[in-house]
Amino acid sequence: MSEYFEMGGHGIYIWPAYMIATAVIVSILAHTLHTMRQRERHLDLLRRKRRGVDDGDEV
Amino acid sequence: MPEILRAKIDGNPYILPMFRFANPNRFLRIGKGIMPWSAGLSILCIGVGLYLALFVSPPDYQQKETVRIMYVHVPSAWMALFIYSSMVISSAMALIWKHPLADLIAKASAPVGTGFTIICLATGSLWGKPMWGTWWVWDARLTSVLILFFLYLGYIALNNAFDDPARGAKASAVLALVGAVNLPIIKFSVDWWNTLHQPASVTRLDVPAVHSSMLWPLLLMAFGFTFFYVTILVLRVRSEIAAAKIRNIQLAEARG
Repeated sequence: MSEYFEMGGHGIYIWPAYMIATAVIVSILAHTLHTMRQRERHLDLLRRKRRGVDDGDEV
Repeated sequence: MPEILRAKIDGNPYILPMFRFANPNRFLRIGKGIMPWSAGLSILCIGVGLYLALFVSPPDYQQKETVRIMYVHVPSAWMALFIYSSMVISSAMALIWKHPLADLIAKASAPVGTGFTIICLATGSLWGKPMWGTWWVWDARLTSVLILFFLYLGYIALNNAFDDPARGAKASAVLALVGAVNLPIIKFSVDWWNTLHQPASVTRLDVPAVHSSMLWPLLLMAFGFTFFYVTILVLRVRSEIAAAKIRNIQLAEARG
């Protein structure tokens, strides 16, 4: 098993390559979902507030 | 509504046309249909691709095990170019037809393209050290990809540099178009100049110079990355539409 991870001595280059790729892809996804949810919650709040104030003026 | 404010809003290419001819609700509907498929296919392709890349594909006769870096390096390089190309096309559409959805697609693409360029540069460096004996050389291929990275950063910075999103979109769209000259330079850099970087093996006019045991994981990773891009694009455009609607409401409230 450890022989597999060593990859003929090149594991120190191969695994960081895969880890960096994973980290970048996961952080893009996380940032995207986080921002989207934040904005949609904000929009929801604004719409409800508006509807409360002037009786359903749809924007 | 006061006449002067109405004129200002009518003149703003960002707010009203969005509801006049580019239908964000239609995009949201189509996006909702596409999203589960693109997300599922992305996970499937990357999953199978990783399995083939790490366990099934053979070591290269010259590069030994380091060839496994290729399965992230090459697809992310393809994505870096593909995403920039799609930004060039949508920026051109945004400038010519003033289609706000095209602006949003370009804007939503930029962070994904930046990410794949980072992956490409970092994995290339990690591959260069054992194979070339150096992390970096200032040759045409590596330098032109570094310039692509700065173009992505410049696009994002310029897009966010204005209070008025329409002006930011326009300025960054022009930058995207100017930066398009870099795309053929990247593609042909390995043919035009002497370089340590190897030339294209898959997209040759004759038969690809890659054996199927290596070609399959490569293509699966590339498809997986493409579906990932589509998924993120749908989510980010949805996010941008929400932001535009928030701005509209806040503008309307400021008007009183």
